[in-house]
Amino acid sequence: MKTDIILAGVGGQGILSIATIIGQAALDQGLYIKQAEVHGMSQRGGDVQSNLRISSNPIYSDLIALGTADVIIAMEPMEALRYQPYLSKDGWVITATSPFVNIPNYPDIQAINAALDALPHVVRIDIESLAKANKMPKAANMILLGAAADALGMDFELLRQSVRTVFAAKGDAIVDMNLQALDLGHTHKGLLQ
Amino acid sequence: MKKLLLGDQAIAQGALDAGLSGVYAYPGTPSTEITEYIQLWHHSHPGSPVHDRWCTNEKTAMEAALGMSFAGKRALVCMKHVGMNVCADAFVNSAVTGVNGGLVVLAADDPSMHSSQNEQDSRFYGKFALIPILEPSNQQECYDMMAYAFDLSERLRLPVLMRIVTRLAHSRAVVDITDSPRPQNPLSDPADPAGWVLLPVRARRKYAQLTAVQPTLQEASAYSPFNKVVTEPKAGKAVIAAGIGYNYLMENYPDGVPFPVLKVSQYPLPVASIRALAAQSDELLVIEDGQPFIEEQLLGLLPVATVIHGRLDGTLPRTGELTPDNVKVALGLASTQTFAPSATVVGRPPALCQGCGHRSVYEALNRVLADFPTSRVFGDIGCYTLGALPPYQALHSCVDMGASITMAKGAADAGIFPAIAVIGDSTFTHSGMTGLLDAVNENSPITIIISDNLTTGMTGGQDSAGTNKFEAICRGIGVADEHLRVVVPLPANMDEITHIIREEIAYKGVSVIIPRRECIQTLARHTRQKKQNTQTPQQ
Repeated sequence: MKTDIILAGVGGQGILSIATIIGQAALDQGLYIKQAEVHGMSQRGGDVQSNLRISSNPIYSDLIALGTADVIIAMEPMEALRYQPYLSKDGWVITATSPFVNIPNYPDIQAINAALDALPHVVRIDIESLAKANKMPKAANMILLGAAADALGMDFELLRQSVRTVFAAKGDAIVDMNLQALDLGHTHKGLLQ
Repeated sequence: MKKLLLGDQAIAQGALDAGLSGVYAYPGTPSTEITEYIQLWHHSHPGSPVHDRWCTNEKTAMEAALGMSFAGKRALVCMKHVGMNVCADAFVNSAVTGVNGGLVVLAADDPSMHSSQNEQDSRFYGKFALIPILEPSNQQECYDMMAYAFDLSERLRLPVLMRIVTRLAHSRAVVDITDSPRPQNPLSDPADPAGWVLLPVRARRKYAQLTAVQPTLQEASAYSPFNKVVTEPKAGKAVIAAGIGYNYLMENYPDGVPFPVLKVSQYPLPVASIRALAAQSDELLVIEDGQPFIEEQLLGLLPVATVIHGRLDGTLPRTGELTPDNVKVALGLASTQTFAPSATVVGRPPALCQGCGHRSVYEALNRVLADFPTSRVFGDIGCYTLGALPPYQALHSCVDMGASITMAKGAADAGIFPAIAVIGDSTFTHSGMTGLLDAVNENSPITIIISDNLTTGMTGGQDSAGTNKFEAICRGIGVADEHLRVVVPLPANMDEITHIIREEIAYKGVSVIIPRRECIQTLARHTRQKKQNTQTPQQ
């Protein structure tokens, strides 16, 4: 198997935690992994992305080539669109619906939605409302990961195990909340498709 | 054991497993995570005597590491590429003294300037200093090369430069690490103690030795396990791929490259291999990240008739990092069909955090300077450089660490008034203090703002060398007490701050204003830690 994933968002939204969970799951499965991250200046509220590649064969490039990403997972709808040149023609976009507005010229959300409509496979999920309604404000990113799980080509139970491993040091309550969030995203994706 | 590690972390783990006794570094993207990893490791191995405290700048780091090497122990110096400029004096001369314990200098280059002000290629420094250079292509090589580099350094009695780029520093992969780390070196005396005193008479002898040993360095490259020749019967084109460039080549040929390839990960260039490669091909493509370091050297190594493609002839872009896509174009392969970039998307530049103290500094400065249309504000390197962007647009320059103070002085010398410098606390101790002394000695009419957030903020909140010492430092350098002012940069204090800025602009001599409030990122982290500590009962 081989899955190329672009994780997109704004500095501080938690895309690196998503990458860590997928990476740990891939490691547990004995897969090859490359995960390029953005550190430094962009993390101050700028656009950030991570290229995550998992494969059963050795991987050379740390970066995903144009037009070849299988999945874009975005914490923010405009950030999903930013990477569309990297999406393969039959790739999937799993994106949060709430805009993160920290710039004066943020585009009209209807224009963003229309542009997303033009892509072949888009899953939208209102992770912020779901997180709020289910009292898991800090786990919105895990809801998104749950929604994306089936597009990753990985066993869902492996992702759950990875959440347990990665959050173990933070205590059972945090592990449980993140697991619930992951499950919630996994069940919601069909409804909102 | 297998571990998922960033390139930076693989270097750190590799150094630890190679018997490292000390890391010396100043934070700088993309090199910061090396030292942070060693600090974290040290935290869980409290009994291990590994030096891991941050240094004041790259020069002090390089010199301290050389001192540790003098004493026979293995030392690592880490920095971003522009840090090489700061430590260049010590670095170049360390090749002349040579080393005792292994000494590895790690330079993390930033092609595409993700978080930097230029794209300089550190390999030129290695060639300039006449020492071996290693350039890993992946995370496993980052790890494996550290033990190799320390051994090579001790065998040749020379420092070794290891050069990585952002995409390797900040990309994770599974790395196989040893279960039996090497112990640290014992203390020992250098073999040639007189050679460490670079008086001209001895320096000439040492420099002659350094040039005489170059064929041995060549030989080391020729037999390096990290340089690899892949021969293919099909002649015509051949490729030289260096460091991470090798990955992009291989990525484009999943079923194998159909022409000869030389992978270069150790320098000086393996000249014989290159000549052999050129002899069986009509044209050579050089794939290297950064500047055309190999490509330029080929012009002197190969027959004039050899056609060389790379960054100089435009086959690859002259600037910016390599990508699988620009390498694909250079290889003449058909491009993949893609969705066009969305016209809806707008840029989202980084910005100062909401609630950041630097914001209040720029707010106050802009209010006052509205009355001084001839004012010029000289900025420096750090989060506060973002004050150059909207909404503040408050800076007229940002060049190098510490340049704010000395540029303001030079501009004042030329007649600019008011000349203001804005510099952060960590940048001030890194390279601002000496410039302040110049200004004090001439009582230059400049106003210096040391925006003190008690940390090295831009790189993620590392300790700042001068915390709690700034008033004492400024007084010691000779700033008059009545022109050394401390304020708390909060919106509520705006009247007081603007008043003080006005007063100090009116003073025709050196003033230092220190707005001091903790970085809100480290404040949040400290608050979380405190909360955790009170929740966890003491064992």
